[in-house]
Amino acid sequence: MSEIDIIFKKLKTKNQGTLIGYVTAGDPEPKITPIIADTLINGGVDILELGIPFSDPIADGPIIQAASSRALKAGTTPKTVLKIAKEIRKKHDTPIVILTYYNPIFKMGVKNFFSLLNTYKINGVIVPDLPIEEAYDYHKIAQEYKIDTIFLAAPSTSEERLDKIIKHSSGFLYLVSHFGVTGTRKKIQDSTIKLIKKILPKTSNKIPLAVGFGISNPEHAKLIIQSGAQGAIVGSAFVKIIDENHERTDIMLKRIHKFAHDLKDAMIIKY
Amino acid sequence: MKKLSKYPVDGKYGKFGGRFIPEVLMAAINELEKSYEKIKNDTRFKKELEYYLSEYAGRPTPLYYAKNLTKMVEGAKIYLKREDLAHGGAHKINNTIGQALLAKQMGKTRVIAETGAGQHGVATAMACATLGLKAEVFMGIEDMKRQKLNVFRMELLGAKVHPVKSGSRTLKDAINEALRDWVTNIQDTYYLIGSVVGPHPYPLIVRDFQSIIGKELKNQFMSKEKKFPDALVACVGGGSNAIGTFYPFEDYPEVEFYGIEAAGKGIKSGKHAASLGAGSEGVFHGMLTYVLQNDVGQIQNTHSISAGLDYPGVGPEHSFLKTIKRAHYATATDEEAANAFCKLSKEEGIIPALESSHALAFAMNLAKRMDKEKTIVVTLSGRGDKDVEVIASHLRESSE
Repeated sequence: MSEIDIIFKKLKTKNQGTLIGYVTAGDPEPKITPIIADTLINGGVDILELGIPFSDPIADGPIIQAASSRALKAGTTPKTVLKIAKEIRKKHDTPIVILTYYNPIFKMGVKNFFSLLNTYKINGVIVPDLPIEEAYDYHKIAQEYKIDTIFLAAPSTSEERLDKIIKHSSGFLYLVSHFGVTGTRKKIQDSTIKLIKKILPKTSNKIPLAVGFGISNPEHAKLIIQSGAQGAIVGSAFVKIIDENHERTDIMLKRIHKFAHDLKDAMIIKY
Repeated sequence: MKKLSKYPVDGKYGKFGGRFIPEVLMAAINELEKSYEKIKNDTRFKKELEYYLSEYAGRPTPLYYAKNLTKMVEGAKIYLKREDLAHGGAHKINNTIGQALLAKQMGKTRVIAETGAGQHGVATAMACATLGLKAEVFMGIEDMKRQKLNVFRMELLGAKVHPVKSGSRTLKDAINEALRDWVTNIQDTYYLIGSVVGPHPYPLIVRDFQSIIGKELKNQFMSKEKKFPDALVACVGGGSNAIGTFYPFEDYPEVEFYGIEAAGKGIKSGKHAASLGAGSEGVFHGMLTYVLQNDVGQIQNTHSISAGLDYPGVGPEHSFLKTIKRAHYATATDEEAANAFCKLSKEEGIIPALESSHALAFAMNLAKRMDKEKTIVVTLSGRGDKDVEVIASHLRESSE
């Protein structure tokens, strides 16, 4: 069992949904990310998702695009991100997942990438532009290093594909809530709830289901967990706080802490 | 190895190509592939395409013997495949008519496209206007500045132009933005990509529609010279006019291929767009291909005097043809392209697009090194009316 499996199991017995929090590493600059991560985890984030900034993030909306630009401008490289993770590890055992587009992995070599991840005690990887068909070596090598491969499923994914995706996935299955790119949204659509209910019978007993894209406030997170998903992934809403306060770190950290806390609080199922 | 014309195999040209895309797009790409496979040999579809290509787009385009240019260089005979005479002023219409017909068959009502120089945007707007589809075009604001005329043309043709302000604000960012729109509006929207790039099956679809260039020139050349040309020369940004020219000759190794990329201010300056010449293998815009990137895989900004070549990737089939040494890839600088632009205008009374001028610049040098009985065909992918302002300011700068 991986660290990610363990955390989902543990929280399930406590009737809690798992809060997965994303930030782009190096935004606004590398030395602040460990402090932000510390705040996220103390606020209630159960799994930390660290993004390697990429020049052309096609699955991301304006908020994370801007974060990627800031991080790249601050000189963030894949190696910087791993060093940030090491810094976080000094204080926390929280599972850390790396999110990256495929090209930085391809450039350093898949084998080299996972070997580094192993050295830096990273628990899982999400690659938004790597579908299972192109992931043969990637999947094999990740398994050798016992690093979870978190694949994505979408509203348009056919049942047949979904089975294959579940087979390749470990840690959790990342369900994209709606058609579109990452970003904050006003409302969780009914279609998202229907989608969760449709997919749950396929994932239950196999892998935890976590939902992301557009989850922007505690109400949203609550609804996702109430619909039966085991986890909620929140990214742009955190990154937005960083963007709005990147010149006043103290206020930024305060707001991040409160937001993480409120999200987590909403994900505890009360009977 | 298979016959070259049999590629792609499972969406790949050797190891290049593939489908590196978000899961959200997977169903749409599969639907596109199925629809295209079904339609491409359908007699009615082929007839309709033929009708539009001849009656609307003005095909076949002439194969012109450039006698003055040939005389000037004192070498191989130079022919020009006149894609500049196709409707809209470039080869782009071959692809947009084909894909717009496909979109219509698939029941899509909204078409989106990216554009660099604006030629693909214009050709998309034209095809959509005549076929009754709604067109929206993404264009980097840097490109909008240098190609104002084409922005206005698109609007006149009824298309909506979305200015793209992210990243380098040129073609690559326009593609990013088009992909983001497609992810969001996948149910009613068809993404009409303008070059032999992107995830499979786009490089295949665009090649098929652009191959009309090579097919025509094969017959035209045969009836004029009773043989095949010795060399084909075409410019390469994404590489659609080049693949369209080369493809029908891929299984004839005696015909040499030359793809010419933009060297901008010189390869050493770092300000260029030579993905094949100076890039390395990477995964970008859904494909494994040669890209311009730094040592940790960030895609780099490019520079070229011609917006249409200003792209840090290249079609995967070109990467394949380079690797197996079937095609030669070389470069021409801004300066060389500008000179060729002026030369063709003066010598033959034809104003070529700055993109095509890169191919011309190389071809004139190549012709000089070849015997007089040898022959070269240069694909004149577009006309240069859109570029006269850029050339005027370039000439001003160099005279200062």
